[in-house]
Amino acid sequence: MLRVGLVGVGKMGISHLAILGAHPEVQIGGICDSQGFVMSAVKSQTGIETYKNFERLIDAADLDAVVVATPSATHLEVATYALERGVNVFVEKPLTLSIHDSWSLAQLAHARQRANQVGYHNRFIGTFREVRRLVRAGAIGEVHHVDGKAFGPVVTKPKTGMTWRSKKSEGGGCLHDYACHVVDLMNFVAGPPREVLAARLGTVYSEGVEDTVHALFGYANGASGQLETNWSDESVRKMSTSITVFGTHGKITADRQECQVFLKPGHTFEGYDEGWTIKYITDLQEPTAYYLRGEEYSAQMDSFVEAVKEKNPNGENSFMSAYETDWVIDQVAKAHEARS
Amino acid sequence: MDRILFGDNQFFGVNHMSEEKARAQSMKFRDTAAIMRVLDQAFDMGLRTFMCTTHDKIGEVADHMRANPDRYADFIYYPGMPYAHKYANAVSEVGVMETLKQFAPGGVASTVLRGAKSAFRKDAEDLMRMLVDAEMKRFAGLKTPVIFLQNVVTDLLLGLGMHDMLKTFSDHVRATFGAEAGFFTMNLPMLADVLIERGVPSPIICCNYNKIGFRMSGGIEAYDKVIETKDVRVVAMSVLASGAIPAEEAIKWVCEREQIRSIVFGASSSGNIRQTMDLIGKYTRSTV
Repeated sequence: MLRVGLVGVGKMGISHLAILGAHPEVQIGGICDSQGFVMSAVKSQTGIETYKNFERLIDAADLDAVVVATPSATHLEVATYALERGVNVFVEKPLTLSIHDSWSLAQLAHARQRANQVGYHNRFIGTFREVRRLVRAGAIGEVHHVDGKAFGPVVTKPKTGMTWRSKKSEGGGCLHDYACHVVDLMNFVAGPPREVLAARLGTVYSEGVEDTVHALFGYANGASGQLETNWSDESVRKMSTSITVFGTHGKITADRQECQVFLKPGHTFEGYDEGWTIKYITDLQEPTAYYLRGEEYSAQMDSFVEAVKEKNPNGENSFMSAYETDWVIDQVAKAHEARS
Repeated sequence: MDRILFGDNQFFGVNHMSEEKARAQSMKFRDTAAIMRVLDQAFDMGLRTFMCTTHDKIGEVADHMRANPDRYADFIYYPGMPYAHKYANAVSEVGVMETLKQFAPGGVASTVLRGAKSAFRKDAEDLMRMLVDAEMKRFAGLKTPVIFLQNVVTDLLLGLGMHDMLKTFSDHVRATFGAEAGFFTMNLPMLADVLIERGVPSPIICCNYNKIGFRMSGGIEAYDKVIETKDVRVVAMSVLASGAIPAEEAIKWVCEREQIRSIVFGASSSGNIRQTMDLIGKYTRSTV
């Protein structure tokens, strides 16, 4: 049994707590949150130990690993404290709000040889994994354009800031809190771009943070990339993320549900013929032992648990790959500032 | 419970296979009148139980039926709550406490905030009761013999180990609405054990049941073992796995499992409703 603690039991933390609670190889060692309300609810119903602060949790609960799902601005402090005490760490996205901090965390995790993972769950969705596999195998030839998008109904009316998500200094805003998922997905499929050529952060309703992110990327091989995200789009029921990759032999478009592949005449690849082939999530997703909101959330925790057991510092979604994502985010912010 | 229940995913742009299809459905059913037309067709073909979310548009459907009591006297609702996206979006936007204040009527949320830790258990259960009552307002005066808890909540409580809350839900809907509790889940084997252990009598559980094992956590064998060995009333959903399995093959397979009480499906045309009903009729062994 691995003993896992949770720091931050908000929207993502509570979901991680349930997934870990259902995991046969995990025992919840304790939780910590600034809101007494959630802590009391969990403690009174489950008997899970609660702690007043993360230091005490990490010092006293004899943990193998800790999941950090606090507001983004606090990730560095908690993750550093845990790694320095030899505890394996899972951090919600983004890793930190500064590329220097993300880099030093990645170095620390490597130096301590502990499992380190960031919650970019798109990497555990079967359709997106298939896109990466096809692109890496050269199924669509050489990539010349990557197009990543996400739309969703997060901020749908004017309001004043009420949570950390509406404060730029704490990691709020569409870029750090939403577009990061798309950037990470684009990196997962095509690797990080060499440069951000242009970017614009726009507001629709929010004050102090952006609601839309548009950016143009340049890749080392000469390919281009386009990022388009808008979290003030009520036409979709929930966050809908998609990626399209154009290659010299064809193109691939995928979202959470399907992977559509077009191969030019004369080109085929392992079960994909000329013209359109569509594969669905029902074909592409491995089943999980427990399901809450999506297989990917359980799959990423399964992956983390495996990495902890093996003390593997180089698992999927490592701090280093999240650093690459943070680097792109930083470049997007800089490109926007340079223009304005 | 009826053998065949009519679902509502198709009305709200929920499609687990294709966002394009989901969008097309969302356009088709923009008006409540369009939803009503399909419900009327289903009702006229003999489907009388509607398994639905507590989406605002269902509230309008309920209003329409309440206004026409003669036509819909035999119509039965199985409401499933909560319509989780409105809560999830609100939590991101304003935080947990503000969300509770928005959705729980009266001063419950502030009571909970103030409440001493020792009293918390009772407060959480009171809060759940208040939220259920608020969601049920739209169904006042209509038949709701089974009230379901959506899988996002069932499975969350299951994973967190907050199993008493599941029993609280069951007790509350019985005491307040004279209804039985139903539970949506993606984790039948885990849930069945918990509900039976907590003393929910022959629990009603709605879960995926399909030939390819899609979203059947633990796998087909574990699911089959539950229905073969435990006193549960299972409603099979996602029988076609969102279209991944041809209809006849899918329905034949699920009907071979005679312990499955009911099958829920959604369709947006009378042709599809007819076809699905005929197939279920064809492969259901008559035992009465």
